[in-house]
Parts: sequence; C-alpha cells; structure tokens
Amino acid sequence: MNKLVDKEIVAKKMPSRIIRNQVFKGLFFLSTLFGLLVLGVLFYRIITQGIGYLDLDFFQNFASRRPENAGIKAAIIGTIWLMVVVAPVSLILGVGTAIYLEEYAKKNKFTSFIKLNISNLAGVPSIVFGLLGLTIFVRALALERSVLAAGLTMSLLVLPVIIVASQEAIRSVSKELREASFAMGATKWQTVLKVVLPASIPGILTGGILALSRAIGETAPLIVIGIPMFVAFLPKTIMDTFTVLPMQIYNWTSRPQAEFQDVAAAGILVMLVLLILMNSIAVFIRNHFQKRY
Amino acid sequence: MKKFKGFALTAMLTGVLAVATACGSDTSKDESTSGTTGDTAAKLSGEVIIDGSSTVYPIMEAVSEEYGAVQPDVRVSVGFSGTGGGFKKFIAGETDLSNASRPVKDEEKAELDKNGIEFTELPLAFDGITVVVNPDNDFVDHLTVEELKALWVDSGKAKMWSDIRPEWPKEEIKFYSPGTDSGTYDYFNEVILEDAPIVSNATLSEDDNILVQGVSGDKNAIGFFGYAYYAENQDKLKDVSIDNGNGPVEPTHETIGNGDYAPLSRTVFTYVSNKAVADKEQVADYTKFTIENAGKMAEEVGYISLPEEDYKKDLEKLAELTK
Repeated sequence: MNKLVDKEIVAKKMPSRIIRNQVFKGLFFLSTLFGLLVLGVLFYRIITQGIGYLDLDFFQNFASRRPENAGIKAAIIGTIWLMVVVAPVSLILGVGTAIYLEEYAKKNKFTSFIKLNISNLAGVPSIVFGLLGLTIFVRALALERSVLAAGLTMSLLVLPVIIVASQEAIRSVSKELREASFAMGATKWQTVLKVVLPASIPGILTGGILALSRAIGETAPLIVIGIPMFVAFLPKTIMDTFTVLPMQIYNWTSRPQAEFQDVAAAGILVMLVLLILMNSIAVFIRNHFQKRY
Repeated sequence: MKKFKGFALTAMLTGVLAVATACGSDTSKDESTSGTTGDTAAKLSGEVIIDGSSTVYPIMEAVSEEYGAVQPDVRVSVGFSGTGGGFKKFIAGETDLSNASRPVKDEEKAELDKNGIEFTELPLAFDGITVVVNPDNDFVDHLTVEELKALWVDSGKAKMWSDIRPEWPKEEIKFYSPGTDSGTYDYFNEVILEDAPIVSNATLSEDDNILVQGVSGDKNAIGFFGYAYYAENQDKLKDVSIDNGNGPVEPTHETIGNGDYAPLSRTVFTYVSNKAVADKEQVADYTKFTIENAGKMAEEVGYISLPEEDYKKDLEKLAELTK
C-alpha cells in the first residue's frame, strides 16, 4: 500500500528535529538574555553608584566643582526647554512631510528618490547635523547658542526618523477606509484629516516619541554648535542659552575625581527614568488608540 | 472617543507646559533672594561667554560658580569644545574668553589678526603631563626625554621594552594617549614627538579616564595625561620620573609648580578679547575675578597655582585694557 505519510521515516527524523528546535530555542533565549544581562549589570552599577547623590539637592543645585554640591537644575530644565522646541517643530514638519509624500506626491522616480534620501538621512551621524546647525542656525540666522538654535538642529536630526515612522503608519491605513471616505464625497484633505490621521496616530506618536527620546540623549551636535556645559541660570525665553542632561553627564564622567563618577551615575539614573517615562507614554498611546480601528 | 483623544493630548501638553512654567517661576525666586547678598560691588548684568579647553573647564567652572555668588545677574556660560574648537569660536567673535591648555598657534593668531580680534593671554595655572605605567611594572622608574621620544615616535614596527633599554624584558609595549584634538596631545607633540607621527598602535581617547583604565589594566602599558588624573588614581598607576639632563624628577605638586618637572610641566591659559573687556563691564569684572581666584580654584580641582607675581602680572595686563 502506498502510504502518504511514512511513519517510520517520521519517527526516525523526529529526535533530530526536536533537538534542532531546542537548540534554536536556547539560542534565541540566550540572545534575549544577553541584552537583559547587560541592562541588569548597567542598572546595578548605576544604582549602587548614583543612589547616594540622588536627593532633592541634586535637582535644585547648579553644576559645581564639589561633587556633593553638584546638581542638574540647569540641565534638566534645559532638557525640558529643548523638548518644548523639538516636539512641535519636528512633529509638525515630520508628519506634514509624510502626509505629502504618501497622499499627495505623484508616485514617480523623483518622489522615490526623495524617500530614499530621507531614509538615508536617518543614518547620518549626529555630529554632521551639529555642523549643519552651526552653519545655518547659529551663524547664518544669528540665533547664537540659544534654545531655538539647538532645538531646530535637534529637530533636523530626528526629522528623518519621524518622517519614516509616519510614512509607515500612514501607509498601513487600509485602502478600504480611504475609498469609503472618497465614496462619501470627501475631498483628499477631509479624508486625510478625518480618516487617515486618526487611524495612523498610534504609529505616528510611537515613532515621534522614540525620536524625541533620541533627541534628549544626544550630546555631540550640541557640543558642536557651542551649547555651554556650565550655566548657573535658567533660560527665560527660547533665545537664551542653556545646557542639557547628557552634556552634564558627559562632563562628569570625564572628571578625574571618583566622586564625580558617582554624580554622573545619579545623572544617568534621572536620564533613564526620563526615557522610561517617555517610552511608556509611547506604549500607552499605541495600546490605547490601536483598539479603535 | 475623538473627544477623549483631544483631551488626552491637551492634558499631556498642559502637563509639559506646567512643568516648564513651574521651573520658570523658580528662577525669579532664586534671583530675588540671592540678589540681596551681592550688594558689595556695583551690580552688573549681561553675558560672559566662555568656551575652549576641557582641561581648563574645571577651573572656569569653579570660578564661575563663585562669581555667581558675587554677581548673580551676570549670566556666565562655559563651554567644553576643546582648545582648538574654542579658538575657532573665538576667531569667529562668538566668545569673550577662550580657554586653552596650550599657547595659541601661529595659524590661529593669523586668523585672529585677519578678523581684527585683539586678545590678551592670561596664564591661569600649571599642569604636569604625567607619564604613567602599570604598578606591576617594576623595571621602569625613570625615563630620559630621548627615551620618551624613542618610545612614542612611530618606527613602523611593534616596540618591545628591550628596544628602549636592553636589560628590560622582551615584551610588547601598549600605548595609551589622549586624542589628537586635545591640548595635552598638542603639548606632548611639541616637546616630545616634535611633529613626528605617534606610534601607530597607540590607543587614543578623548576621555582620560579610559586611559587610566587602560594603563591600570595592562602590565605592559604606558600612557600620559594631566597630573590630576594621576593624583586621583595613585593606587592604580605608577608615575615615571623624567630626566631632562639634570637627573630624574618625579612629577609632584612642588616640582610642577617650580618648573623642575621639565619639559612636561605646562601652563594652562585663558585668552580674553580686548574689545570685550573694553566694551562690556561684566567681562572686565569677570576676568579680574578669574585672575584673583584662579590659583585657589585651580588647587581645588587638581591643578597647581602659579606664583603670586604671575597673577599680579595678569592683573596689570588687564588694568591696561580697561584704562
């Protein structure tokens, strides 16, 4: 009798297939574990080093030559100011560009050339954006070392990431939704505003917040445009100068005194909490709005 | 549902703004309280913009911290872009003072001339570039300047300790040096390498703590960096005395301060724009304050103060400018 399934062969091959399954399972588990382990060690080191310096004074003091007096007041307020500029500028420009490219632009070689370049820009080293910011915003537009100049430079840096994420989100809105909207007599703009954007908002905001997380962690472009490390005042307008958290941390880690390494660890802890907070918002938004469509 | 989305977004934005404004109001409170204490001198305001060497940064940070108690309304900002990077901004007329861990280069001087920027050099403190080896290294205790040069100049092949002195072991040397953008490297290049290329397998890092770790973790390592980094890590490193023809001299607070530790004892500077001193009262006042306090602050952050008369000379130079 011609068997469809040769039980003997199946039985013979089964052990090796199971072993292979186990091997790959173990391999993937190990690769997950590797990342977690490194994160765990990092957390352990930073918490044991930095926790002693993490008190109310740390948030209320400016930078100081004495580790016990050093604080992040100027840095954390500066970081918030930077976000106040970067968030609206990069989101408005980024989502606008994505809508144009996906909804309005003709699908021709020129458009795909632009898209290719935007994806490429996402991989350009941040220091290059710093040089661009120095030439355009700091010098040509004479914005000097202001929150605005730094904010615009950082916006340029994260713009490609936001555009690509928004494009993906807009593209994933199903055709049926759009066609239904057109069938009801809606214009393109009405469709974009009432159908496409609401459906793609989780993807756009997730990408946007991840991009902003990158912006608050960057140091190199700010050093290039000349943002100072020590400021003992807070900015009052976006034309004032300021400093940010990662620069302060970078400075402390480069100091010879061991105590400053601990202060740096405390700064890193604050930075991590800030990042976890922002990423949780991204996750929350995604989960909350995804259900609706 | 749409309403809820709008609400959530508004709530988030308001939250961010609330934090920002809350912190904004903090400033005014701060200024009003500290303003009452600083009424000894005439109250100044305006900006003092400083950039330059990361080696000099700790001194200027300390000075600016103290200055804030005297003149709370003067907004001092100190940058960190390196000696060379600082001079680029100084040449562009963007800064009032430029910190440097080496004297200004001729090319930089020419550019400053071209842009019509007159400046005054103000020595602030001494730093001794310290050559270090691993504490397990029991054979190296001093090196002559010639030996240093033989060690650090590239010869196209791997170097053994025995290449320097035949009685030393036949083991490969590992080199750790500050990055080529740093003033420390520039100075070492000037007095030891004399523009010859540095050994090609040297590990270069802008972060001196990396160099400390490198040398302390490798028996055959040698490196150099500012004295403060050695002073803070004496248990992990061994310093090497340098023989400049007059017998080996160990880098100590005293030998760096009196110049015996030659040729690796160097002066760190700040350069002030003459125009800024003449036009801006706060820059003149800040510069005076810097000279008066540089010695004390330098000692606090790990450098060695200059002799008193050098600061007097600095003050005289400054007085000329404000006349």
